[in-house]
Formats: sequence, structure tokens, C-alpha cells
Amino acid sequence: MSTIYILWLRQIKRYLRSRSRLIGSLGQPLLFLVALGFGFGPVYQKAGEGSYVLFLVPGIVAMSILFTAMFSGIEIIWDRQFGFLKETMVAPVPRLNIMIGRTLGGATVATIQGLVVLILASLFGFHPVNWVMLPLAIIAMLLIALFFTGLGTAIASLLSDMQGFQLIMNFLIMPIFFLSGALFPLKGLPTILNIVVNLNPLAYGVDALRDSLIAQTYFGLGLDFTVMALTSFIILAIGSYLFTKIQI
Amino acid sequence: MSKIIEVKNIVKKFNGFTAVDNVSFDVEQGEIFAFLGPNGAGKTTTIKMLTTLLKPTSGDLNIDGQSSITNQDAVRKSFGIVFQDPSLDDELTAYENMYFHSVLYKIPKAERQKRIEDLLKFVELWDRKKDLVKKFSGGMKRRLEIARGLLHHPKVLFLDEPTLGLDPQTTNHIWTYIKNLNKNEGITVFFTTHYMAEAEKVADRIAIIDHGKIVIIGTLAELKNKTNTNSLEDAFLALTGKKLRDEEVSSEQIMRQRRGVFRH
Ligand SMILES: Nc1ncnc2c1ncn2[C@@H]1O[C@H](COP(=O)(O)OP(=O)(O)O)[C@@H](O)[C@H]1O
Ligand SMILES: [Mg+2]
Repeated sequence: MSTIYILWLRQIKRYLRSRSRLIGSLGQPLLFLVALGFGFGPVYQKAGEGSYVLFLVPGIVAMSILFTAMFSGIEIIWDRQFGFLKETMVAPVPRLNIMIGRTLGGATVATIQGLVVLILASLFGFHPVNWVMLPLAIIAMLLIALFFTGLGTAIASLLSDMQGFQLIMNFLIMPIFFLSGALFPLKGLPTILNIVVNLNPLAYGVDALRDSLIAQTYFGLGLDFTVMALTSFIILAIGSYLFTKIQI
Repeated sequence: MSKIIEVKNIVKKFNGFTAVDNVSFDVEQGEIFAFLGPNGAGKTTTIKMLTTLLKPTSGDLNIDGQSSITNQDAVRKSFGIVFQDPSLDDELTAYENMYFHSVLYKIPKAERQKRIEDLLKFVELWDRKKDLVKKFSGGMKRRLEIARGLLHHPKVLFLDEPTLGLDPQTTNHIWTYIKNLNKNEGITVFFTTHYMAEAEKVADRIAIIDHGKIVIIGTLAELKNKTNTNSLEDAFLALTGKKLRDEEVSSEQIMRQRRGVFRH
């Protein structure tokens, strides 16, 4: 327990201390909200879909969680390069606990980031249509955060340096984001796109957020949470396995 | 006396390059054992295999009767280590780095603060305890690494070139402390060095390693006897056909130290 806690605490401290990262990571979601939200707003409205900004907020919340969580997971590569990973890997505690602590820390940070974006969005007049559903939205955020911290951890456990990072960014994180329905409604998509979206775990996260925040859903909340819980569990199991096998 | 470290026919290959080549040796409980050899000899790689960070290509390693390959969790409970390369969290303070370690190593809550304070004072970093480690010079980081490694008292203490980059005074100071630990608590010390004098002065037994192979193992007297020489330096020359000098520290290492020392 104390191992998990101290590793969790470390992630939180590092997050709070890197102000530039904190502020920098809010710039992007804000830009998306303003540029896309207000840029596409009129077209969206004309198509009879209502407010695009409103529609976009859950997607942007999911985006910032996706990025923060992936980075938290991938931070293992930094720790390996700066050497700190060794300190934890020789400690007389199960590596599984180290992995759990790190992952919970990363997921907490990502969830906080999502909440901050949500609060920022309220500056643009956003608020949950039904406040009672807010706790559900927070659980959805946590699950998205857990999944992607786990994914980041799994990938980082296989890499020894930052060489592959750009590749991951371009061929994994970006597609996951753009093909999740964060930016567009899922109904009436071309078949192939539809299949891809259905296989994208983030799509269920975005959908859960949209359902709990603005009462719009495509898959239904039950399916959303089932898929998220299952995929998170699987990826965390894989991540744990790979993490315990790390050699330095 | 019992053997606390047993290494049998260890081989480590990196993509076909043999870094550790069929190495075997034992370390007795309570001993101070030195691994002496030039850069690239395979010292760090051997320590990494013993401390469960790296899997050997073949061979067996045991610490306190437990296998470093198949029983890693048990092995990790028996040793402490000061790494050659940095292993601190730069984004945490000196105190936080120590505290983090004390939690991982389950030092009783009541003792944590006192031990951390004592050791930080010992390495003269107590008044910098609240500074982030990234603001420290290379020498300060090295001292902090050593202090952290001494926080808990394991059965075996691994020190990988512990005094590299420290001034002679600090080096002496730290060795006195470690020798006391060895004497009073019976902690076995396994250290690597490429300084002749350090091996000569501190170690009960010395293993000379070169190109991944152990050339000879014994007490200083045995080494001199077997090679018919009068000093460790001559013995080394006789065995390996070369001198071991400080210049042999790779330029990369010197650069790293300079960067550390003069930064800030
Ligand atoms: N991860 C690695 N991949 C490839 N070669 C390595 C790796 N680690 C060490 N080596 C090589 O193995 C040899 C022994 O290295 P090392 O054990 O660090 O030597 P020492 O600690 O005695 O200076 C060196 O030639 C080094 O370049
Ligand atoms: Mg070395």
C-alpha cells in the first residue's frame, strides 16, 4: 500500500511542479474549443444539430485526458534515460505495486487535467445538462485515463529510448483521437470509418462523456462502461506484465 | 563463513558482443570485495545481473542463497545499491528522494526522519534538503546517491564506482563510514573501481576483471605473491599487460562529471 501511495504521490508532485507543462497542456484544448467550436459552429447549427461547442466539449475533455495519460505512461522512458527507473526496479517491493502506483498517479493527473478543461469550458457557457450525471462523467474520465496510462506504460516498457516516440504520436495517438468521434457525430459514417470507430476504445469514452454531460449517446452508457472497464483491465494486465519484465 | 554471493559461469552477450565472459566467483559474508578493472571490463553489467536489472545469457547467480534470475523478489530484499549512473529524481527535492527511498525500503516510520537527517548531514546536504535535485552539481548528486544508498542496512551493499568524481577528502570520509557499517553490522560490501589505491586500501579481496573475464582473485598479498610483484599496480601490469590509470576513464564519463560539477 505504501509503495503504491508513494509512487502515486510522486506523479502528482511532478505534475504540479511542471507549471509549463500544466499551462502548455491547457493551450491545446482551448485552441481546439475556440477554433473548431466557433469555426464549425455555424455550419453545424445550419445542419440542424444544435450547438457545436456544446457537442465538442466532451470530445476535448477526452482529448486532454488521452494526451496527459499517454504521456504519463510514456514517462517511463524518461525515467529510464535519467536513471530513476533503476531506483524503483531494484526496490524490495513487487514491481506490480510500482506499476499500479505509477498508473494510478498518471490516471489521477490526467483526470484532473480533464476536469480543468471542463471548468475552462464553462467560460464558454458550457455546463452539464444534468448535474446528477457529473459523477458518472468523472468515472468515465478516470477509465479513459486508466486505459491510456496503461497503454503508455505498456508501450514504454518495450522501448529503451525516445526514438519511437514520434511514430507512436503520429500513428497511434493522433488516429485514436481523430477517429474517436471527439470531433464529429458517429451516426451515418461510411462503413469503413464506422468499423474503425467501433474498434477504438476512446470512442466509447467520448460517448460516455457525451451521454453523461450533454445527454447525447451513440453506443449507450451500458456498452460504453462495459467496453471501457474491460479494455482498461486488459491493457493494465498487459502493461503490468511488460513492466515487470523490463531490463535496464 | 558462508558464501553470500555466488556467481557461476555467468555470460552476458549484447547482440553477439560478449560483455561478461564466463565469470565465476564467490563473496563471503562480511567481506569487502572489490571488482577492479578498466572501463568496459564488464563490472557494471555483472552488478546489474546480480541486482536483477538484467538477465544473463547463461549461468547462475545467487545472493544469500536466492537466485537473481528466478527469485528476484527475494533477492531484492537482501541488497542495497549505489549505481554508477545517476538514479535520482531531478524533479524531487533531496529530502523527497531520501523519503521516497525510505518508504520503498520499509524503514520504520519512527526512524525515517532521523536517519534521513543524519545521512544528509553526513554528506553535507542537510541545508540543501529542500532544493530540487536538478539544481545540484554533479558532486552533490553523487553524495546524495550515496547517502540514499546507506539509508537502509541490507545484507549486501553494492557500490558501483561509488567515489567516481568525488574529492579525496569526501572519498575517505565515505569509506570510513562504509567500513564501520561493514565491521559493526556485518554488511557485505561489493564494490567496483578502476582506482588501484581504492581497491588496495579498502578491499579484503580483489578480483581483477578485463574484457569480461576474471583474471585473478585473491587478497592483496596473494595477488602480489602469485605475480611475483611488489604492488597492485605491478601485479595488474603483469596480469593484463597494461596499466590502469585514471586517464582510462572514458572521455564521456569525464565530460559528464565536468558538466555536473561546473553547472549551476
Ligand atoms: N545495454 C548494452 N548494450 C550493448 N552493450 C553494452 C550494454 N551495456 C554494456 N555494454 C557493453 O558491455 C561492456 C561492459 O560494460 P560495463 O559492464 O558497463 O563495463 P564497466 O562497468 O566495467 O566499465 C562495454 O563494452 C559496454 O559497451
Ligand atoms: Mg561501470
